[in-house]
Amino acid sequence: MEQKTLTLNMGPQHPATHGVLRVILEVDGEKIVKATPVVGYLHTGIEKTMESKLYYKAIPCTDRMDYLAPMSNNLGYCLAVEKLMDIEVPEKVKWARVCLAELSRIKSHLVWLGTHAMDLGAVSMSLYAFREREMIVDIYEACGGQRMMTTYIRIGGLAYDLPPDFEKLVRKFLKEMPARLDDYETLLTNNQIFIRRTKDVAVISAEDAINWSLSGPMLRGSGVKQDLRKDNPYSGYENFDFDIALGETGDAYDRYKLRLEEMRQSLRIIQQAIDGMPSGPYRAHVPGVVLPPKEDILHKMESLIFHFKLITDGFKSPKGAVYQGIEAPKGELGFYISSDGTNRPNRVRVRPPSFVNLACLPVLCEGSLISDAVCAIGTIDIVLGEVDR
Amino acid sequence: MLEIIIIGTLKVIAVVVVVLTCCAYSTLLERKVLAYMQHRLGPIYAGPWGLMQPIADGIKLMFKEDIVPDRSERLMFMLAPIVSFIPALLVFAVVPFSSDFSMFGYEIKGVLSDLNIGVLYIFAITSLSVYGLVLAGWSSGSKYSLLGGIRSSAQMISYELSYGLSIVGVILFANTLSMTEIVNQQASFWDMFIFRQPLAFLLFLTCGIAETNRLPFDLPECESELAAGYHTEYSSMRFATFFVAEYGYMLAVSSVATTLFLGGWQGPFLPPVIWFLIKVFGFMFFYIWLRATFPRFRYDQLMAFGWKVLFPLALANTMGTALWVLLTDSVN
Repeated sequence: MEQKTLTLNMGPQHPATHGVLRVILEVDGEKIVKATPVVGYLHTGIEKTMESKLYYKAIPCTDRMDYLAPMSNNLGYCLAVEKLMDIEVPEKVKWARVCLAELSRIKSHLVWLGTHAMDLGAVSMSLYAFREREMIVDIYEACGGQRMMTTYIRIGGLAYDLPPDFEKLVRKFLKEMPARLDDYETLLTNNQIFIRRTKDVAVISAEDAINWSLSGPMLRGSGVKQDLRKDNPYSGYENFDFDIALGETGDAYDRYKLRLEEMRQSLRIIQQAIDGMPSGPYRAHVPGVVLPPKEDILHKMESLIFHFKLITDGFKSPKGAVYQGIEAPKGELGFYISSDGTNRPNRVRVRPPSFVNLACLPVLCEGSLISDAVCAIGTIDIVLGEVDR
Repeated sequence: MLEIIIIGTLKVIAVVVVVLTCCAYSTLLERKVLAYMQHRLGPIYAGPWGLMQPIADGIKLMFKEDIVPDRSERLMFMLAPIVSFIPALLVFAVVPFSSDFSMFGYEIKGVLSDLNIGVLYIFAITSLSVYGLVLAGWSSGSKYSLLGGIRSSAQMISYELSYGLSIVGVILFANTLSMTEIVNQQASFWDMFIFRQPLAFLLFLTCGIAETNRLPFDLPECESELAAGYHTEYSSMRFATFFVAEYGYMLAVSSVATTLFLGGWQGPFLPPVIWFLIKVFGFMFFYIWLRATFPRFRYDQLMAFGWKVLFPLALANTMGTALWVLLTDSVN
């Protein structure tokens, strides 16, 4: 008898694909023979848009890629432009950026935890995770006025000074969060059903992980010690004391524990950042490139001219190309900017962690069951805005 | 003669109305309890505490367009929700909800029909429900629904065995298949069969969850993989019928569990009907609690759990109970 497989079209409208990912599954009964991810349903041409904008006007585009961790994206782009323009930012800015980027890591991981658990059937988890995310979003709102699309980190500094109640809000978060993380653990870590659903599911070996050029928790989950915050520190990460969480077997359960540990480490970093936050200006003093402080615009002629020139015409960049990678929550987020000497970037290329990590989906779920495909998509932690850009 | 017919008809109507109302308000109960467990408020806008929400939902669904997909088997597609709904109602024909009482000078029995093979009847009827799901899954003409239908049939058939075996222990003790008689035997607190058959009770509870397709055994309709499974293609009142049927089964399983293990309507102080409802909704609360807490099993793990864990346990329990009854009988 001839054996036939069934082609199951999962997505782009499907509750478990986290947006508009489409996966074409060839299934034999419930077993997956072949999985083909199809991307592009959310393509918005962000890279091209950035090329047509002045350097600093491109920052809002970065928010809309990984919209779950906007601060990290802002940071990556701004660091790249600062590298191109050779700007040194004040100490306070570095510390504040680290603090905000780590908050965005926790924020992103919380959404991952909630949706991943919900895919596996634990619906309550998502609501608990979103409850804690709310605290971080409130901090963002206090900083830049926006909750999701922050655009708070700017070239050469921050959009505004840190708000007066910033420290209070962050300390409150730091106080409450560890207990909440323990709560999640009691719900999931030793839950037999959860362990059965994630242990030895979506496994990727260290060798494969490197060959697929995975990064972030996907790579560290397989036991490869690679973290840009340690390997190639940026924005003053070398001043902070934290550990890199590592997995062993590279299955979904390892990555779950790893991400929880990363959240704890992030809390450690935030604690250090808030304790040792230096005082000083919130923007570098680079006339003609970085906006002057508001008070100066009102009182100094030169500042007003610079302000006007910057807003209307931007700044000219030296010819050349830079690449700046940062450790975003989902992996290595890189910005490659090549400049032809005008006030707009010639080419902006983003190395998106979600897109690269997603490529290994067939490795993760071929040979397993349909339910495991859901687990595999969840464990990669993709954001379609970033995959398609 | 006429009297009997009128009283019987009225009783049937009353029970059907009560059961359907309970089904409707179970949805509200579920949404409310789940909401409070998840730090939400649940429905609050329709009436005080959202009390009118089930009615609002019903009206909304009634006015929705009834879509029958082109590629579906039309007749089967339309029949399936009814096939799955009817058995849930039929179960209540033999469930004793109260002691005998008198009203307007008539002696009224606290059960619609005191069938002497009541337990057998229930299991015969509930087994039929799987056809509704299979037909729905198959006739929808959608792959997701088909997978859902296949899953549900496999799941229900494998859990049916342990489900049936788990109550054999009770029947061996009670020495009867009549539901009324079983309730009468549990007159005092310590006589409840939950104390004499604790393992059977746990098995019955677990299999009951699987039979009603609730979390953590809700594979046939699991939202995240199969996008609602067998009822993906259903809309309007047909969808509502499936929905009500699911709650009907939950109520049915809860009532049967109450009757067999918790002494049915027996209880001090309060009227028997109230006791019955308290126990049944205790089970409903338990179901909702589970849903708020657990992830769901994977399909193969579910089957393995059914065949490798529950089935041997149920078999062992039956054998043990049979031996016990045999030995005590011969001693007496």
